[in-house]
Amino acid sequence: MSDSTITAAPTGGAPKVAKVSEAIIRIAGNSQDGIQAIGGFLARLAGRSEQEVMTFMTIPSTISGGPSIFQVRIGSGEVLSAGDEADVLLAFYQHSYQDHIDSLKKGGIVLFDSDHVEPNPEWQKEYHHIGVPISGLTVEAIGGTAKDKGKNIYALGLIARMFDLNVPKLTKLIEERFGGKDQSIVNNALAAFHAGYNYALGNVIDTFQLLESQKKDRHQVVMNGNEALAYGLIAGGVRFGAGYPITPWSDVMELLRRELPKYGGTFVQCEDEIASISMALGASYAGRVAVTGSSGPGISLKTEAIGWGVMAEMPLIVCDIQRGGPSTGMPTNVEQSDLNLAVYGGHGDCPRVVLAPANVEDCFYTAIEAVNIARKFSVPVLILSDQAIATRIEAFGEPNLEKVCQDISPDLAPVPDHKPYDLEAADGVTHHLAPGTRIMSGKYPIATGLEHDEMGHPTGSPKLHTQMTAKRRKKLQSLAATLPVPQVYGPPEGNVLLVGWGSTQGPIREAVDRARAAGDSVSAVHIRYISPLPPGLENIFSGFNHVFVVEMNDEGLYGYGQLAGLLRARFCDPKIRGITKTDGLTWKVKDILQRAKTNVTEGLKKL
Amino acid sequence: MSDTTKLEMPVRGGNILAVNPPALATDERKGLTKKEIAADHPTWCPGCGDFSVLALYFKLIEKRKVWHENITTVAGIGCSSRFPYFVQAHGAHYIHGRALPFASGISLTRPDLHVFVFGGDGDAFSIGGNHLNHTARKNIKMTYVIMDNWVYGLTKKQTSPTSPLGFKSKTDTWGAVDHPINPMKQLVSAGATFIARTTHTNPNHVLQMMEAAMDHDGFSVIECLSECVEFYEGAFDASNPRKGGVFNTVPTDHDVTDEMAAYKLADAAFPGYFGIFYKVNRPTKNANETKINAGAQEKSKGLKDWQILQKNFDRMK
Repeated sequence: MSDSTITAAPTGGAPKVAKVSEAIIRIAGNSQDGIQAIGGFLARLAGRSEQEVMTFMTIPSTISGGPSIFQVRIGSGEVLSAGDEADVLLAFYQHSYQDHIDSLKKGGIVLFDSDHVEPNPEWQKEYHHIGVPISGLTVEAIGGTAKDKGKNIYALGLIARMFDLNVPKLTKLIEERFGGKDQSIVNNALAAFHAGYNYALGNVIDTFQLLESQKKDRHQVVMNGNEALAYGLIAGGVRFGAGYPITPWSDVMELLRRELPKYGGTFVQCEDEIASISMALGASYAGRVAVTGSSGPGISLKTEAIGWGVMAEMPLIVCDIQRGGPSTGMPTNVEQSDLNLAVYGGHGDCPRVVLAPANVEDCFYTAIEAVNIARKFSVPVLILSDQAIATRIEAFGEPNLEKVCQDISPDLAPVPDHKPYDLEAADGVTHHLAPGTRIMSGKYPIATGLEHDEMGHPTGSPKLHTQMTAKRRKKLQSLAATLPVPQVYGPPEGNVLLVGWGSTQGPIREAVDRARAAGDSVSAVHIRYISPLPPGLENIFSGFNHVFVVEMNDEGLYGYGQLAGLLRARFCDPKIRGITKTDGLTWKVKDILQRAKTNVTEGLKKL
Repeated sequence: MSDTTKLEMPVRGGNILAVNPPALATDERKGLTKKEIAADHPTWCPGCGDFSVLALYFKLIEKRKVWHENITTVAGIGCSSRFPYFVQAHGAHYIHGRALPFASGISLTRPDLHVFVFGGDGDAFSIGGNHLNHTARKNIKMTYVIMDNWVYGLTKKQTSPTSPLGFKSKTDTWGAVDHPINPMKQLVSAGATFIARTTHTNPNHVLQMMEAAMDHDGFSVIECLSECVEFYEGAFDASNPRKGGVFNTVPTDHDVTDEMAAYKLADAAFPGYFGIFYKVNRPTKNANETKINAGAQEKSKGLKDWQILQKNFDRMK
C-alpha cells in the first residue's frame, strides 16, 4: 500500500531522508521522449536489487508522437499491481501535467520540466510542486545538438537522487543499454544522468530511501509479458511460427523471428492472418508443433482455420494478445473482450483449449503448458493474454531453464499400422504420425476438415459424425478432469468472492488484501483454464454469499461479462454476477472494491 | 521393422530447414505400383478430366520411385481438391483457398518431403488468389497443379475466375461479364519460378510437365486444363486434336528465362500454347532461411538449446 508512505516535506521544515517501503512513479510525456526507457531502467534496477516491480504504460496508436505514460511501482514487499495513485508525477509537458495530475495522490510530488510546464496555482495548494528546467539543463549537460534527446536520462538522474537509488547499478544498466554503439552515445547518456543526479534536489524536498527488501534466495529476471510468452514458447520446444503484424502481438513475432534461427527454427511473416495460421497448421501437421498469434481482429480471421485444427485434431498454439474491440477498436488499450471469441469463435461444435496467464511470469509457464496440452490432446490451444500483461514489466524468479526446456522433435520411426481417428483408442485421443513416417501396412491417413472415418476419409454417416463429435468433446472433458482445483486467495468461505482471469490477478489480490485489512470478508479465485474450466469451482462458489466476476469487458445484453456469462451457463448459479468496465485501462484496486460494495448492496435490495 | 531406408531427419539443435534430399527407392524396396499408390475410388463424375491428372500423378510416383512416406499431397476445397483421398500416401485436405500456406508450413519444416498441392481455379485464383502471389514471391519449394476447368463444379455451375466472357452459369445466366484471369500472366507477374501449361487430354505432356516441375528447385506451378463434363462440356475441345482442335507446344525458340516473352506467349487466344512458359533459378525461401539459420547458429555453436536461452535470460537480470 502506498498510503502514508511518501509525502512532501512540510513547508518550512528542513528536507530529510525518509524510509519508504515502496514508490509509485508516473512518468508522463510524449511517446518519442524515451519515457519507456526510464521505466525500463527502474524496473531492471529493481530486479537486480531483489525488489518487486510492476509497470504500466500507455502508448498512442499514432506512428510517432502523442501523449504517453509509464508508471512504475517498486516495492520492498509484494507488488501486485501498478498502483492506483502515484507518489510522484514526472511531467514533461503542460498536457502531461494537466492530464495526469489526477493520478497523483493528494500531497504527492509533481516534478515538472519548468521549461514546458506552467504550474496551476490551485493545484499547488494540494500537491508539492518542484520545477526543474529539465530541457535546458539537459542541453547544457550534453551539448546543444541533441535538443530533446537525453532529457529522459536526465530525469532518471533526478529520480535516482530523489529515491537514493543505487548509482553504480544504474550506470552499469545505462552502459549495457547504450554500449556497443558509438562511445559518444554512452558518454552523453552518462553525462545527462549525472547532471540530473547532481541537481540539488535534496535542498528542496525530502528524499527517500527504499527499505531493503527481504533477501530472496533466487535470481530475478525482468521482462514484459510478450517477452515471457515468446521465450516460454521457445522453452516449450516450439521451433516454427507464422504471423502477421498487429499491435500488441507484433513484439512476440519479432522476438521469435529474431531468436528462432539460433535454435534452427524459423518464423515466417505471412501475407495475412489466414496464411499465418495455415502455415502454422501445416508445420504442426508436418510434426513441428507451431505457433501463430494475433490480436482480436486477426483472431477473427483465423477462426475458420482454428475449426480445421479442431476437426483434424491438430496441435497448435494460437496467442491472442487482446486489445480494445470490436473491429479496429482501441489498438493500444487493454480489454478482456475476446474470451467468447477464443472459447466459441468459429462455426460448428468446435471445442478447443483456452488458457489465460495471470501475470508476466505465468506467460512463460503458460506457453510451455500450452505446448504440452496441444501435443497431448491433439488440439489447438489459445493463449489469451492482453495488452496490459504484454507490455508491463515484472521481475520474477529465474526459471531453471535446463529443467524446463524440452525437445518436441517428431518421431518418424516406422509403425506397423495407424488409424489417426481411432474410436477405440485407449485414451480417446488422436495422435498423428508426421509425414515421413513409414506405415508398414501401406495404408496412409489423411488429416482433414471434412467429417471423417477413423482413417481420415470423408463420411456422411450420421453415426460417425455423432461419434467423432463426441470424441473431440470427450478428450477435453478428460483434460478438464486432470486440471488442478484453483486455490482460493484468502479464506475459503466468506461473504464476497472475486473471480478473475488473465492480467487482473494482481489488482484483485490487492483488493482482497485491502478489504480484509479493513475487516471485510472478501476472497478471490483466479481462473487460468478458461476452457475447459477446472474442477471444483462449484464447491468454491458455495462457500460465499456473492460471487463477482471482475473483467475488463462489457456487461453485455444480459448484464454479465464474458466469463461471468460462461460461469452462469455452466453453474446455473444466480449469485454469480459481474463487475465489468470498458475504459481501456487496467483495474484500479479502489474501483474493484467500490464496485463490489455497490454490488453487494444492490444485490441485497434485489434479493 | 526391417526397413533400412534412412531418412536424415533434422534433430534438436539442428537446423529444421537444412536440406536433406528425400530418400529414393533402394534395391531393397522396389518402386511402388499403381495399386499401392491408389486409395479411395475417386468421387468425380465419369469422364471428368481430373481422372487423368490423378493417373499421371500415380505414374509420376511410380516412375520416379518415390515412397509413400516421402510424399505429402495437400489440397484445398473443390472437386479437384478431393485428390489427397485418392492417393495412398500422407496427405491433408485443408480449407478453401489456403492449401498453399498450409503446404508452405510443411515445405519449410520438412525438407525431406516432396510436397504436392492439387486444386482448382477457385482455390488458386479466387479465394486463395493472394496466397498464390505470396507463395510465388517467396519461392517456397513445392509443386502446385492447378486443375482449371473454368467453372465451379462442386457447387454446381457458378462462374469461376477463369470462366470466359459470355459463359452462361447459374450466377451469370446471361453470360459471364467479368474479365477472366489469365493464369499464365498472373503467375509470371507474381514471380513464380516455374510456370507450365498443359491439358488432361495429352497424358504424355502432363507427365512431362509434372516431372520438370518436380525437378525444379522452387515454387513450380502447372496449369492443367481439366474438363468438367457435367457443367462445362467441350470447354477445351479447341485444344484437343481428337475433337478437331490443335495442341500447340511452346515454340522451340522461346526463351524460358524471358519474362516478357512468357507474358507475350500467354496472350495467344485459346487454345494458346502448352509447355514451359517460364523457368528461372532464384533462391528458394527454404534456402534463404537455411542460410540465415546457419549464420545464427554459428554464434551459438556447441551450446544446448537451454544454454542459448540462458544467454538471453542473463541479459535480463
